[in-house]
Amino acid sequence: MSALGGLTVAVPRGALFDDTVDLLTELGVDTGELRTNDRKLLFEDIGVITMRPSDVPTYVEAGAADLGITGKDVLLEQAAQEGGWGSGPGRNVYELLDLGYGRCTMVLAGKAGPDPAAEALRRLGVMRVATKYPRIAARHLEQTGRQAEIVEVKGSVELAPLAGIVEAIVDLTATGTTLRENNLVVREEIVVCTARLIANPVAHKLKAAAIDELQRRVRALPVSGGAR
Amino acid sequence: MIHPIPSGTRDVLPDETREARAITDALRGVFERHGYGEVYTPALEYESVLARAPLAEAQPAYRVFDEAGEVLVLRSDMTVPIARVVASRYATVEPPLRFCYFAHCYRGVAPARGQPRELLQAGIELVGAPAPEGTAEALTVLCRALDATGLKDYRIGVGDASLYPALMASLQVPENAREGLMRALVMRDFVELERRLHESGAAPAAVELLLEVPQRRGGPELLAEGPEQAAEAVTGLRRLHELLEPGVAARVIFDLGLVRNIGYYTGAVFDVYDPALGAPLGGGGRYDDLLGRFGRSLPAVGFALGIDRLHLALAGEERGTGALLAHALGSLGGDGELPGPGVGSSATRGSGA
Repeated sequence: MSALGGLTVAVPRGALFDDTVDLLTELGVDTGELRTNDRKLLFEDIGVITMRPSDVPTYVEAGAADLGITGKDVLLEQAAQEGGWGSGPGRNVYELLDLGYGRCTMVLAGKAGPDPAAEALRRLGVMRVATKYPRIAARHLEQTGRQAEIVEVKGSVELAPLAGIVEAIVDLTATGTTLRENNLVVREEIVVCTARLIANPVAHKLKAAAIDELQRRVRALPVSGGAR
Repeated sequence: MIHPIPSGTRDVLPDETREARAITDALRGVFERHGYGEVYTPALEYESVLARAPLAEAQPAYRVFDEAGEVLVLRSDMTVPIARVVASRYATVEPPLRFCYFAHCYRGVAPARGQPRELLQAGIELVGAPAPEGTAEALTVLCRALDATGLKDYRIGVGDASLYPALMASLQVPENAREGLMRALVMRDFVELERRLHESGAAPAAVELLLEVPQRRGGPELLAEGPEQAAEAVTGLRRLHELLEPGVAARVIFDLGLVRNIGYYTGAVFDVYDPALGAPLGGGGRYDDLLGRFGRSLPAVGFALGIDRLHLALAGEERGTGALLAHALGSLGGDGELPGPGVGSSATRGSGA
């Protein structure tokens, strides 16, 4: 049986990739090819498939991977809105463990100096917010009782307030460097996000022993397990 | 010309209908042989009538007004309409009552993820048969029905809806923390469950147990280990297991964390899994309080299968794929955790469904 007990794991490319590969290495997975070949997607011999972090819940929910690792930001964004259409659990996956790494904060930020969002709210009754996380942004502003117009962007969110199309942004920040370089300041912290281990609900039952064993070994690791 | 249909709905054409018909015919045969009479009820019901049931996540999503200004809803399941039928049409008939149905139900899901808003369900309701005998009968009919469709590798997760609330109560979790804990469990978010447990003010040993128990799942041996703080639920599951014939028992995975996000379940609850599909094919459970809300207090149990999902699982098993989950078969047979997939099916078939 392989180091992952025959399980298939969806591994996120991008910011969480290096820490995730380190975790797999500590679990005894031969990650040599995974580290060096960034074009290959399917590493069947070690039970790994790689993809964008935001696709991880999709593949795990469909059962193409038994387990997956992705950021809490992705899970929050893909969770259904409270109430109304599609309320209840969002993605049909189990969230098993907080892996502790990839720590970032979802923040509401705006231009330094007098807050243009406050002025917009006072004079126009609505603030405009650019984000790659429209649901998290909408939920936060709704819960804090502010009317907002959400502008969804795909590229650098920092551009939007500088170009004057919005008064604030909602984005993930690890060190705050990018915000500072663009003369933006954090106005509110919304939620702290770390990497999470998720599981397919059917695999969680049919492969219970293998999943529990892997979870136990991850918890026993000094770095990720202890950081919880 | 292409004319649109509402998102989350679809047309079913002859080839698919033929295959789906073979599935429903097989199910109907088993239901009928076990004495379950087929019923139809209106797709539209008065909202005020269905609102008697605590539906939680399975709330009706489509509402219309009739000419008198009454609010009508498209039913979100068949259990509640059948509870209404029992109370109003069988008010004095001696139980047990056995019904089966093949009906479309309507849910307010997000169809962007391929989930239908209109789904064809097949199921049974056994009214007036208490636990554990009634539950054992429902599980037996469920296995025979799935066997009759030709599905090979399915498993049935069985838990108890009263277990976790009982555990929280006997471990003296402060009442204001319980709803949030239950919510985290329903959301299958163990990270949130752990966080809330640490904040709940419960004793450290209690926190440990409340986090660990819902992750227990496996064969009947785990029922011997308690937890004694939820003895009633565990004893109930053990008595249920004793009543199951070997072919059915071989299919069952006991799952102490199983909760269903429909509010009316009171005792044993179940989910149907197949390694060829990443989501449950259906499920059910006991709803001993629901009939009382309609004025005829009787214990009851039932299950519903999603025909589309069953069809997908059958096709997946046939192709031998089911994405990478097909590996599940290897690990099921290999690590000795559960009986090999062949055992249960042949035994159940041999017992003559």
